[in-house]
Amino acid sequence: MLEVRDLEVSFPSEAGRVAAVRGLSFDVGAGEVLGIVGESGSGKSVSALATMGLLPPQARIGGSIRFHGTELLGKSDVALSRIRGRRIAMVFQDPLSALTPIFTVGDQVAEALRVHDPKLAKKAAAERAVDLLDLVGIPHARARSASFPHEFSGGMRQRVVIAMAIANDPDLIIADEPTTALDVTVQAQVLDVLKTAQEITGAGIVLITHDLGVVAGVADRLMVMYAGRAVEQGAVDEVFGHPRMPYTLGLLGSVPRLDATEKRPLVPIEGQPPPMTDLPPGCPFTLRCPMAVERCSAEEPALEVVGPGPGGPEPHRSACWRSGDIERVEHDVAGAGADTAATLFGVRAPAPGAAGTDGRPDRPVVLDVVDLVKHYPVTTGSVFRRRVGTVHAVDGISFDIREGEVLGLVGESGCGKTTTLMEILGLEPPMGGRIVVLGSDVAGLGRRARVAVRRDLQVVFQDPVASLDPRLPVGDVIGEPLEVHGVARPQIRRRVAELLDLVGLRPDHANRYPAEFSGGQRQRIGIARALALEPKVLILDEPVSALDVSIRAGVINLLEDLRARLGLAFLFVAHDLSVVRHVADRVAVMYLGKIVEIGAVDRVFAAPSHPYTQALLSAIPIPDPAVERRRERILLRGDLPSPADPPSGCRFRTRCPLFVELDESRRRRCVTEEPPRAAVGSGHEAACHFAHAREVV
Amino acid sequence: MVRFLLRRLLNYVVLCLVATFLAYSLASLTFRPLSTLQNRQPPPPPQTIAAKSAELNLDQPIPRRFLTWAGGVVQGDFGNTVVSAPIGEQVLSRAGTSLRLFLAGTLIGVTLGVLIGVAGAVRQYRPSDYLATLFSFLMLSTPVFVVGTLLKVVWLPVNQAAGTQILYFSGEVTAGFQGTFTESLVDRLQHLVLPTVAIALGQIAFYSRYQRSAMLDVLGSDFLRTAQAKGLTRRRALFRHGLRTALIPMATLFAFGFGLLVTGGVFTERIFGWFGMGDWLIVGVQQQDANIVATVTLFVAVLVLVSGWLSDALYAALDPRVRIR
Ligand SMILES: Nc1ncnc2c1ncn2[C@@H]1O[C@H](COP(=O)(O)OP(=O)(O)OP(=O)(O)O)[C@@H](O)[C@H]1O
Ligand code: SF4
Ligand code: SF4
Ligand SMILES: [Mg+2]
Repeated sequence: MLEVRDLEVSFPSEAGRVAAVRGLSFDVGAGEVLGIVGESGSGKSVSALATMGLLPPQARIGGSIRFHGTELLGKSDVALSRIRGRRIAMVFQDPLSALTPIFTVGDQVAEALRVHDPKLAKKAAAERAVDLLDLVGIPHARARSASFPHEFSGGMRQRVVIAMAIANDPDLIIADEPTTALDVTVQAQVLDVLKTAQEITGAGIVLITHDLGVVAGVADRLMVMYAGRAVEQGAVDEVFGHPRMPYTLGLLGSVPRLDATEKRPLVPIEGQPPPMTDLPPGCPFTLRCPMAVERCSAEEPALEVVGPGPGGPEPHRSACWRSGDIERVEHDVAGAGADTAATLFGVRAPAPGAAGTDGRPDRPVVLDVVDLVKHYPVTTGSVFRRRVGTVHAVDGISFDIREGEVLGLVGESGCGKTTTLMEILGLEPPMGGRIVVLGSDVAGLGRRARVAVRRDLQVVFQDPVASLDPRLPVGDVIGEPLEVHGVARPQIRRRVAELLDLVGLRPDHANRYPAEFSGGQRQRIGIARALALEPKVLILDEPVSALDVSIRAGVINLLEDLRARLGLAFLFVAHDLSVVRHVADRVAVMYLGKIVEIGAVDRVFAAPSHPYTQALLSAIPIPDPAVERRRERILLRGDLPSPADPPSGCRFRTRCPLFVELDESRRRRCVTEEPPRAAVGSGHEAACHFAHAREVV
Repeated sequence: MVRFLLRRLLNYVVLCLVATFLAYSLASLTFRPLSTLQNRQPPPPPQTIAAKSAELNLDQPIPRRFLTWAGGVVQGDFGNTVVSAPIGEQVLSRAGTSLRLFLAGTLIGVTLGVLIGVAGAVRQYRPSDYLATLFSFLMLSTPVFVVGTLLKVVWLPVNQAAGTQILYFSGEVTAGFQGTFTESLVDRLQHLVLPTVAIALGQIAFYSRYQRSAMLDVLGSDFLRTAQAKGLTRRRALFRHGLRTALIPMATLFAFGFGLLVTGGVFTERIFGWFGMGDWLIVGVQQQDANIVATVTLFVAVLVLVSGWLSDALYAALDPRVRIR
């Protein structure tokens, strides 16, 4: 249906022409789902936009894009506009900005219909729009169709965009990272809607993503892109099961698996993609490839058939000189029960020595949070502020962290993770409850004692770019905390070199500026800075969520290594449960300012007892097509309620899948009585009246 | 939305009062309205001066005087000038004169400014865009009185070449003009053009700059791409989705731009010999007359009030996000 051949796209830039896409060829059949994965900047979006004819005018495009046999390249905007939205539709990455703020969502959906069918009456279009909104799961579609985009959450807006995409029953839907900006539970909902949309319209789908898990479950075929080219292509099971290109192997090995039974080392792909302005000859992956040989830097390998497709017409192709060697290694290690990626990339198992949860009760508590409360007032008016409500950001949470232990704090955005962390870091008496750091209650701290405690409690922030001062050389950035605490200059210099080495950077990096480093390296600098004063507790706020998967693995490995070597305790805040599973010993799941479940990672992941934890876990895709297709999703209804007005009784009841199945009298209990946190196993607690374990991974 | 607009109206009325009071107090504090009388040769008898002083309420504290004046204004009495002419008689004609200039200037300025701004954004980095940018920067950095004088200089040869006054340089009508309604309209237009152009040029420059950058933001926005992905042509997406969104920031600017216009108006009136409010302000200062200054200030404040309110109403009409509040 769609045939892309030798697509080339380049943009002018100050540093020369950026070759964003270099000779890309692929097909999409009717009703087929093609997954495209690749790192940021690999040319995924540009290819999609080229197909839609939506590239900016300065882009230079070559090759051919044929749709049902008709060439699309070179068509006029007017001719293309007849195809766009009617035959080929598109769903974009950022739902927050994808809708026009000044029109109601109903009008925007109706417009999609009317633009291709001017004879359609306004009224009839509005009716169809309501039906479509209903179809994509907007509750009270009729009433909500008169709402403006800003009244909708991100997930709801993405549904509206999907409604527009399927409005004219297109033959092909291109979805460019449709769920990247969304929480996992919402991602699961949106993917479900997309699947429904495909069943109804029978459209082919191009699903662009950087999350291998997302494609595993839904795609029929997979294409891996690197530096503007396809480096591997084939049926999804084939590519996942027998990758024949080191980059694909690395990608697969770099994501922590939710279903891993034991800790498997992650495969980091060191380095960065090459600059797209003047690519050196040879394989663009050479500098990062563990298998690179001489030939690799001289000649770029073409995409060649390396194996048959299982029954299908599509063979497995890869662009690597050493595909054959990879196949051999795969055979060898399969016998030894080892991992192909880990073997090829030479990753060693994480250093032993992490205490985990063994002998937990005997170890001293380093951070104790008891019934912590933080409310924000909601006010209106500019001159005379009136208090009109309270946001219950954190509403009585308790947990403790013992020496050398990692606690993962997870939950969807807006559940109060960052507030909790800020309260702890503030070292001020909390609004309610108690915070005890290394044995001293922060409420009773004097100025001097506070400075001492601050030394032992350091933080690493999410955004490695924003948290570093761009005008200071890295050495000064790292040495700053030492300077503040009055350490002598020569000593600082020595310590900075030591720290750089510790986080896997070179001592001569000290004289460079943050702008010269990649995201992963900057996060390492952030970690080095946090470690400067030899703290006992490290608080990490989403330390890897801003990083590309391949880089993420390296930072995660570093963190694991550090905690084992330095005996640090972490409070690890994240929304990615698979990362938490990999890093943490214990996990606390937050929902609307409360901890709903807490316990050792193995227990919580193997036998989650709170319906929310179960839904959260089931929403996370596993990068394994066979496993993923078999899994059953527990879909949550709707969005997170406003923390300014949490539901009575159990806060989760408005979305709880278990609640729906309960009888009247039990439901009443959920509505009127707030469930206390009760033990469901050793050291494992859940806050649900009807908690029972269920396997979802 | 009605509540939002009412609340803003209340704010503006209070601001009007404060502005007028400040102008009145400042003028009363610094002006010496009796100086003309005192400096007369031969000096007038002290009784005359005392009587004048009593007539002007100079013996009373300033807030008191303001209240007396403001009380009169509410009943349509703007007080007298220093030379005992009632201000009220001139207010209407002067206000009308100024308003004609301001309205024409704003209308032309906003319309052309927005159009040029949009065109510049759509044709970014083309010669026409560079030209518009150059014009804007020139205009924004040249004071109005220079522009006005330049216009006169440029137009003079045109009139001479035509052998008749196509456009007039001074006054708002030809003194003693007699004729039908149409003829007098044409005469007024002939007077109106040059001062309006003088004022509008700055306005065009001002609005086109901001409109260009607002439009550029919109051009790169995701929602415009979504609209095209739905099947709208680029042109249609631009007009339906882009333009109105890009106008939203303009609504807020409108109140600000109007202030700029009024300041420019003072000079323009002087240069072109219009007896408007701006001219009057200068007369008021020359005659050391607090009542005139306060009246002009009140006029300007009311204009700013109306423009500010209009700008709020426009904003609310364009942007659904403020209507909810
Ligand atoms: N309008 C543009 N002008 C210049 N360069 C561009 C433009 N759009 C994209 N590029 C460049 O093209 C390359 C490919 O970008 P593209 O957006 O397709 O990547 P991607 O794979 O979608 O990445 P991501 O995962 O971040 O969405 C990048 O180097 C990018 O900087
Ligand atoms: S061609 Fe060479 S450098 Fe490229 S992926 Fe294969 S082995 Fe690595
Ligand atoms: S208490 Fe009731 S509503 Fe809450 S999680 Fe348990 S079953 Fe669901
Ligand atoms: Mg992209």
